[in-house]
Amino acid sequence: MSVMSSVLFLAQVQPVPSPAPAKIDPPALDAVWPILIVLAAACVGVLFEAFLPRHQRWPAQVALSLLALAGAGVALATYLSDAPEAGEMAMFNTLAVDRPALFLWGTLLALSVGAVLLIADRSVEPGGAFVATAAIRPGTVQDRAQVTATGMQTEVFPLTLFALGGMMIFCAANDLLTMFIALEVLSLPLYLMCGLARRRRLLSQEAAVKYFLLGAFASAFFLYGVALLYGYAGSVRLADISAAAAGTDRSDTLLFAGMGLLVVGLLFKASVGPFHTWTPDVYQGAPTPVTAFMAACTKVAAFGGILRVLQVAFESTQWEWRGVLWGVAIASMVIGAILGLTQTDVKRMIAYSSVAHAGFLLIGAIALTDRGLSGTLFYLLTYGFTTLAAFGVISLVRDSSGEATHLSQWAGLAKRSPLVAGVFTFLLLALAGIPLTSGFVGKFVVFEAAIDDGMAPLVVIALVASAVAAFFYLRVIVLMYFSEPAADGPTVTVPGAFTTAAITLGVLVTLLLGILPSFALDWAAGGAFAIR
Amino acid sequence: MTSATNSWVLAALLLLPLVGAGVVTALRADARTAKLTALGFSLAEFALAIASWVLFDTGGARIQQSFSFDWIPAFGVHVSFGVDGIALVMIAVIGLLVPLVIGAGWSEKLPEGRTAGGFFALILLEQALTVGVFAATDVFLFYVLFEIMLIPMYFLIGSYGGARRQYAAVKFFLYSFLGGLIMLASVIALYVMSADELGSGTFDWATLVRTVSDAPLSTQIWLFLGFFVAFAIKAPLVPLHTWLPDATAEAPIGVAVLLVGILDKVGTFGFLRYLLPLFPAASAELAPLVLVLAVAGVVYGSLLAVGQSDMKRFVAYVSIAHFGFIALGIFSFSSQAMTGSVTYMVNHSIATGMLILVIGMVIARGGSSRIADYGGMAKLTPLLAGMLLIAGLSSLSLPGTNSFISEFLVLIGSFPKAPVYTIIATVGMVFAALYVLWLYQRIMQGPLRGAALVGVEPGEPVSGGSSAGGALATATQTETKKILDLTGREKWVLAPLLVLIVGLGLFPKPVLATVAPTVDATMCAAGQADPVQSAERQSQCP
Repeated sequence: MSVMSSVLFLAQVQPVPSPAPAKIDPPALDAVWPILIVLAAACVGVLFEAFLPRHQRWPAQVALSLLALAGAGVALATYLSDAPEAGEMAMFNTLAVDRPALFLWGTLLALSVGAVLLIADRSVEPGGAFVATAAIRPGTVQDRAQVTATGMQTEVFPLTLFALGGMMIFCAANDLLTMFIALEVLSLPLYLMCGLARRRRLLSQEAAVKYFLLGAFASAFFLYGVALLYGYAGSVRLADISAAAAGTDRSDTLLFAGMGLLVVGLLFKASVGPFHTWTPDVYQGAPTPVTAFMAACTKVAAFGGILRVLQVAFESTQWEWRGVLWGVAIASMVIGAILGLTQTDVKRMIAYSSVAHAGFLLIGAIALTDRGLSGTLFYLLTYGFTTLAAFGVISLVRDSSGEATHLSQWAGLAKRSPLVAGVFTFLLLALAGIPLTSGFVGKFVVFEAAIDDGMAPLVVIALVASAVAAFFYLRVIVLMYFSEPAADGPTVTVPGAFTTAAITLGVLVTLLLGILPSFALDWAAGGAFAIR
Repeated sequence: MTSATNSWVLAALLLLPLVGAGVVTALRADARTAKLTALGFSLAEFALAIASWVLFDTGGARIQQSFSFDWIPAFGVHVSFGVDGIALVMIAVIGLLVPLVIGAGWSEKLPEGRTAGGFFALILLEQALTVGVFAATDVFLFYVLFEIMLIPMYFLIGSYGGARRQYAAVKFFLYSFLGGLIMLASVIALYVMSADELGSGTFDWATLVRTVSDAPLSTQIWLFLGFFVAFAIKAPLVPLHTWLPDATAEAPIGVAVLLVGILDKVGTFGFLRYLLPLFPAASAELAPLVLVLAVAGVVYGSLLAVGQSDMKRFVAYVSIAHFGFIALGIFSFSSQAMTGSVTYMVNHSIATGMLILVIGMVIARGGSSRIADYGGMAKLTPLLAGMLLIAGLSSLSLPGTNSFISEFLVLIGSFPKAPVYTIIATVGMVFAALYVLWLYQRIMQGPLRGAALVGVEPGEPVSGGSSAGGALATATQTETKKILDLTGREKWVLAPLLVLIVGLGLFPKPVLATVAPTVDATMCAAGQADPVQSAERQSQCP
C-alpha cells in the first residue's frame, strides 16, 4: 500500500508530461531494402506490360528482373556487412531480420537468378516455355497456332518477382498474420504461373486448378490455426505465443489444435508427405522453368517458415508435438522413396524425390538446436541449386511434341549427348547423396544434428529411405548409359545462353558445396532466430 | 602416433592414378596410345608401391608416411592419409594387380561405342580411390571414399559387362550403398560422442580410438552393427553375399579381378581397422555371431562352388568361402589367426586373381563361360591347362603355394579359441579340393568335347595377329576353329602371379614381417591376448 501511495504522491508532485502527439516514426528501411526492391520491380514490371509495345516487353522484363535481383543482392550484402549480430525487428515488428532470415533471403535471391534465367530462355522452346495467350482454349485452332507462334506471356516475370517477394517476407515474418499474407502473396502468382505452359495446355491448366484448390484449402487450415492460436495467446506474435505456452494454465486444446492446423498449412506448402498429393501433378503439368522455381524456392521459403514457427513459437512445448512430426517425417520419406520407384515420368519422379527430401529436411527442422537450424538451412541451399539444375536439364530433352519426359524416351541418351547425360548423372548422384556432392554434405549436417539431438532411430530410417530412393535415381542413369537408344528417341536441344547459365550455376554450386562446404556452413551457422 | 617422413610417396601413390585417368581420358581417341599410357601409369604406380614398402619401417610407428590438412573445419574433418602394415600390403597388391588387369584387358572386346581408353581410365580412377580407402586415417574421409569408389565400378560393370550387366551393376551399387548409409549413421554417432567427450568433435581415427573405445557396451553394439553391415556386404559374408556372383559373372574379366581381389578386401580391412579398435567390447560380445556367419560362408560357398555351372560364378562362390576363412581368423582373436587372415587377404588376391584371369583366357578362347561347353581342352592348350591347375591348387591351399601358409595360420590360431568353428571350417578345405579338381577335370581333361570346342583343330601360330587375343578364327566352310595356347602377352600377365604363388609359398616372411606389428597393435587395441603365450607380448601394449 505504501508503495502505491508513494507512487500516487509522486504523480501529484511531479508535473505530468503532457502526452506527446501520436507520432509514428517512419520505419527504418535498411533491413528490408531487398524486399522493397523486388516488390517495386514487380510493380514496374506490371507497368511495362501495360505501356510497352509487345516486342519490347520480353527484353525489358528480363533486364528488369535480373537487375532487380542483382540490386536486391547488393542491398542484402550491404546490409549484411554491418547487420546486428542478434538480428533486428523491422516494419513495426512484423519482420524479424535475423541471421537465418538473411541466409534464406540470400538463398532465395540466388535461386531466383537461376529460375529467371530458365524462364527467360527462348531458344530451347522457340518463343519460350510459356503460352502466347493464356486465354486460348486448349485444343482449338488458335491453340495449335500459338504452339508455333513466338510470343509469350511476359507477365510471368512480374509474377515471379511478386512470388519471390512473398517468399522473402514469409521467411522473416515475425507474426502469424504477416506470415499468412506473405503466404498468399507467394502462392497466388504460382497458381497462375502453373497454367501457362505452351504445350500440353490441358495438363498445365489441370495442374493450376489442382494447385489452387488444394492450396486454398491449405491456406484455410493455416488461417484457422492462426485464429485458434490467437484465442489461446491473445496475440499473433510468435514470441507472445511462445511466452504464453511456456508457463500458463490456458487450454492446451486450443494451443495444439491451432498449432496442428497451422503446421498442416505449412507442410502443404513444403510438400511434406502426407500433404504432398498436389506435388507430382503440379510439377508435371507446370512449365518446367516454373517447376524449377517452385521446387527450389517454395521449398526454401516454406521450410524457412516451418523452422521459424517451430523454433520460435513452439519450442517450449516440443515434447508434446515432436512425436507427431517424427511420424510425419517418416511418412514423407517413405512415401517419397517408395512411390518414386513406380514413376515413369522424369518430372513426377523428381517430384516424389522432393517429397522424400522434404522428409529429410523436416528431420533437421525438428532438431531444435543451433546445429539443426544451420544444417537445415544448408540443406535448403544445396537442394535448391541441385533441383534447379535438374529441371534445367529436363527442359532440354525434347521431341516433336515438346519435352520428352517419359523415362523410356531417355534410353541411351549418353550415346547421343554425353555431356547432358553426364551433367544429369551428377545431379542425380547429388540428389541421392553421394559424397563429393552438396547433397551428401547436406544430409550429413542434418543427420548429425538429429543424432546429436537424440533422434538416431529416425536417422536410420532416413538412411534406409535414401538407399531406396537411390534406386530410382540409378534407374535413370542405367537408362541413359546402359540401354540402347530408341529409334525415334528425343533429341537434346542445344541450350541457349540463359539455360546454359542456369544449369552451370546449379552444377557449380552443387560441386563446390560438395567439396568445399566450409564457407557456406559458416554462413548458415551465423546465428539463431531473434525472438522478440 | 604418426610419422610424417616420406609422406611424398603416399601422396604420389594417390595422385598418380588420378593424373593417369585424366591423361588416358584425353588420349582415348587413339586406342593404342591410350592403352600404352595406362600401362605406363600403372607400372609407375607399382614402382611407387614398392618404394612405399621399402621405406616402411616395420619397427616404427603404426601409421607412417602420413600427411593431413583441414577439409571441413566446422566438423573437424581432415584429409589425412597414412599407411600401416595391413594397408601397405593391400596397396602393394593393388599396384600389382592393376597392370596385370590392364594387360589382360588389352584386346578385350568392348561393347559397341565404348573405347579402351575410357575403360582403362575408369580402372585407374578406381585404383586411386581404393588406394585412398586403404590409406585414409580420417573416418569421414574413409566413408567418402568408400562410397565414391562404387561409382567407377558401377560404370565398369554397367558399361563394359556381359548380357545382364544392368541388373548386376545396380544390384552391386544398391547393396554397397545401403551398407554405406547404415555405416554413416554410426560414423555420425562416433562424431557426436567425440564431441561430447572432447568438446569439439573429430573424425581422426586415432583420436576416436582413444576417446570412444571405452563407451558402454550397449552403445558399442549399435555402432558396431552399423559398421559391420557395411563391411559384411563388402567382404561378403553369407546372408549379404548375393550381389557378388552376379557382379562377378557380368563384369569384364579384369574388373572381376579388381572386384574380388581389391574392393572386397575393404570389408575385411574394415573389420581390422575400424571394428576391433573402435568397439573392442562389442567385438568380443558379438564375435560368436560373426564366427557363425564366417563358418556358414565357408561351408555354403564351398557347396555352391561345387554346384556351379558357370565358371565366373564359380569363382565368386570360391571367394565367398575364402572370405569366411578370413573373417574366422579375424574374430577368433589370436595373433596367429589374425596374421593368417591378413596374409590371406594378400594371397587370396593373388591366387583368385590368377584363377579369374586364367578363366578369362579360357572364355576368350571358347566364347562361353559355361563349364559344360568345354572338355579336354588341355590337348589344345597345355600351358593354359597348367596355369589353371596351379591357380586352382593355390586356391585349395596346397602346401607349397602361398595360400597354404595363410590358411594354416588361420586354422591353427583359431583352434584354441574357437575349436568347433575351426573344425567345421576345415570341412571347407575338403570341399575346396573337390571343387577345384572337378572343375579342372571337366574343362581340361578327357576327350575333346563341348559346344565351345567342337570342330576345333589344334592351332598353329597365326601370322598377322588376327586372332591375337585368342578370338575365334572361323574358317568359312567347315566351321573349324583354331584355339591357340597362351600368347606372349598372356604369359607376361600370368608370370608375376605364378612367381608370387610359389615364392610366397616357400618364403612368406616379407609379408608376415610387415603385417605382424600392425596385427599386434590391432590385438592390443581390441583388448585381446593370445591364449598360449604370453605375458611378454601383451605387456608390449601401450
